[in-house]
Amino acid sequence: MKALHKLIEERVKPNFTGDGKLKRFWVVFDSLETFLFTPGHTTSKGVHVRDGIDLKRTMFLVIVAMLPALLFGTWNIGHQYYLSLGEITTADAWSAMFLDKIIIGAIKVVPLIVVSYATGLGIEFIIAGVNGHSINEGFLVSGMLIPLIMPVDVPLWMVAVATAFAVLIAKEVFGGTGMNILNVALTARAFLFFAYPKQMSGEIWIHNVMGSKAAGTLQMADGYTGATALGQLANTVGQPVGGEVSTEVMSMFVDGGMFSFMNCFIGTIPGSVAETSALAALLGAALLIWTGIGSWRIISSFIVGGLVMGVIFNALGLNAYMTIGPVHQIVMGGFMFGAVFMATDPVSAAQTNTGKWVYGFLGGFFSIMIRVFNPAYPEGVMMAILFMNVMAPTIDHYVIESNIRRREKRLAQAAIA
Amino acid sequence: MPASVKTRKGLDIRLKGGAHGETHGLAAPGRFSIHPTDFHGLIPRMAAKAGTEIQAGDVLFTDKKNPEVKFVSAISGTVQEPIRGEKRRILRVDVVAGGSGVVEHTALNASSATGDQVRSAMLESGFWPMLRQRPFDVMPTPTSQPRDIFVSGFDSAPLAPTAGQVLEGRMDVFRAGLAFLNAMLDGKKVELGVRAGDDTFSQVSEANITSFDGPHPAGNVGVQIHNVRPMNKGEEVWTVTLQDVANIGEGLSQGRYVAKRIVALTGSRSQPALLDTTIGAPMSHLIADRVMMEDTRVISGHALTGSLRGEEGALGFFDQQITCLPEGHEPLFFLTKGWLGPGFDKFSASRAFPTWLLPKGKEYDLSTNNNGEERAFVVTGQYDAVFPFDIYPVQLIKSIMVGDIDRMEKLGIYEVAPEDFALCEYVCTSKIAVQDIVRKGLDQMIEEFA
Repeated sequence: MKALHKLIEERVKPNFTGDGKLKRFWVVFDSLETFLFTPGHTTSKGVHVRDGIDLKRTMFLVIVAMLPALLFGTWNIGHQYYLSLGEITTADAWSAMFLDKIIIGAIKVVPLIVVSYATGLGIEFIIAGVNGHSINEGFLVSGMLIPLIMPVDVPLWMVAVATAFAVLIAKEVFGGTGMNILNVALTARAFLFFAYPKQMSGEIWIHNVMGSKAAGTLQMADGYTGATALGQLANTVGQPVGGEVSTEVMSMFVDGGMFSFMNCFIGTIPGSVAETSALAALLGAALLIWTGIGSWRIISSFIVGGLVMGVIFNALGLNAYMTIGPVHQIVMGGFMFGAVFMATDPVSAAQTNTGKWVYGFLGGFFSIMIRVFNPAYPEGVMMAILFMNVMAPTIDHYVIESNIRRREKRLAQAAIA
Repeated sequence: MPASVKTRKGLDIRLKGGAHGETHGLAAPGRFSIHPTDFHGLIPRMAAKAGTEIQAGDVLFTDKKNPEVKFVSAISGTVQEPIRGEKRRILRVDVVAGGSGVVEHTALNASSATGDQVRSAMLESGFWPMLRQRPFDVMPTPTSQPRDIFVSGFDSAPLAPTAGQVLEGRMDVFRAGLAFLNAMLDGKKVELGVRAGDDTFSQVSEANITSFDGPHPAGNVGVQIHNVRPMNKGEEVWTVTLQDVANIGEGLSQGRYVAKRIVALTGSRSQPALLDTTIGAPMSHLIADRVMMEDTRVISGHALTGSLRGEEGALGFFDQQITCLPEGHEPLFFLTKGWLGPGFDKFSASRAFPTWLLPKGKEYDLSTNNNGEERAFVVTGQYDAVFPFDIYPVQLIKSIMVGDIDRMEKLGIYEVAPEDFALCEYVCTSKIAVQDIVRKGLDQMIEEFA
């Protein structure tokens, strides 16, 4: 590897430095070189030894934690596609048409990832080049999160626009990585939700349904609808509990139904690319908590918050939506994915340990509340986490104020004594 | 039964190369040096002219702001031309050994000396600079009256020598030193924090003893102050190191300046040893033949807060350790040794490396590589895990970065010294120079009060 480093230093680097013809692209070179080789910089002041951890490894581990969700999501896209066509049924083994499912999934997922990274990193490189600072690794995670929370059939140009919006408005205007108030990936999702409401509704959760329907070439399998669990449940709001609509919807949520607890937990239901599987998200959570990179305080209190709201709704029972069991509630939609990968974003979350408990709990609590109260926003998690992002500095403020008050109290006591 | 405190937050960095066994008596060094820079904010005013012959205990320079504070030579010899840096700032004052003779002062009795006697004797015979004060981590002014005096009975830093090693055979003078310090406290006793299970101090009755159980920085005097009687605004606490308490005890009872120092030579690039020497001995004298010099960083002090002296410089005034580590200027290929490598040789507070699964007794040969580049704050909760104070470290650091004096005060800057943040700096994913920031904040506070 010494030879490779020497080659880079002697042959490649001069092009990017001094009067080299590519000196405008120094940032690109620098970030690629430091990707390949941790620089031989030694500590210069303060501590003489440093922990092995750096932002690159941290971010990489978060991406590894997302892999179960990504891989399952890829399979599930194909799975839902063939279900919608009626070529398989829910009774078939998961391995049926396995390769076909993966291929269909990959056809959808790979372009999403490529577009997200190309857009986001392109903007980051330009801004870093203009400002003359090195690239922060933050977008490595955001760039993977964005495709994972997109509806399957979202047009690629919308992903590009949303990514650009999120990187510029949610992050760079605040000063880049570490300075943003809102979670970047959720901002991209929220942007699409509000900017293109028409395109973001309907049967976009399943590959190729919309286009084929318009062309009249698709006949959906009997009993299969492309709606998500939350979309179905939203129909019951405002309907009497035992009414016709409610009964029909609720029949999908019992054992054996399309949105049974097990289906929701494992994730064999329509939804955004990688949000459907609570199990995959929990596997990611295990890695994040095990390595200490994701906050166990936020993840656990988020889940508890959701359960508490679910229990309250059960007790109220005003409509069929509220009667869904709390555990069933939190394995549906993006709740788990949000709890594990969105709420834990350290930059936009609360930063104090006490604050993290409050932040997580309220995030989970509001997620379930918003989804049930406001069927126009079926994905309450997105709204709840963005709301809590805004509230996080306030939560921290009160935690720190109480620390300051303790100190003032001590001073007052010392003055008496 | 002493009071006991258990701290959970912190980290013991398990480096290779601890010093054990016999203490080696070193020959008297050929030179004595003081770096005025060891006393933060000190502006020295030379008292001895270059070329003059002086005795051990003669004044070399005084503090420009407080002329009563004297810095004396530990050996007799010839004063050299001070070594100066930018703006003619004095970086080092040397005395080349020669001649003999010791300056004699009135000897004091530890059991009967009054506070004023001790204070003036400490100023007169050159012991005053061994005191440090909180807040601000500087030398106290001669007229100040401390609320308490704290002495940490153990050094919990990586590879630091134990209390038993540095006080071997000096327990009597150590106790005398405590008694002298007590005299300045108007009836109070010195607060001594000892490591739980260490019976070195079992006979000591001259101090209030609190035992501390926990990882580094439990041995930092700042942590002990915080847990025993935290500092408030307007209060002042003095701190003295273990070995200097013994020096003060020995020196005041004999009426002469004593500057003994047991130094642990440590680190993977050295042959570890315990050395019996004096304050102000040149580094080259201490490391002679015991260190592999090629690609080695020789640190005066420990790996987290130590300073670089060069071979010609002297051991830091407050240091009792030399740490020799391999320099890490090799670039690390990302898949093998770099950020994506397996990392069995990386000691990390995070569990992002498999080393936390390895046996607890394993020792690591860490280099000085930065292991990454500086970034903005991203990861949270990291500092809190190694910072055993009821203080929010990141928020305090940010208030310093923006220069908000009022906020620094509210967030507890009076209670901390840069060394208390050393572990925060070690574990920092974003590689931020935390200690440097804290020092700047303290300096800003000093200016504000000046």
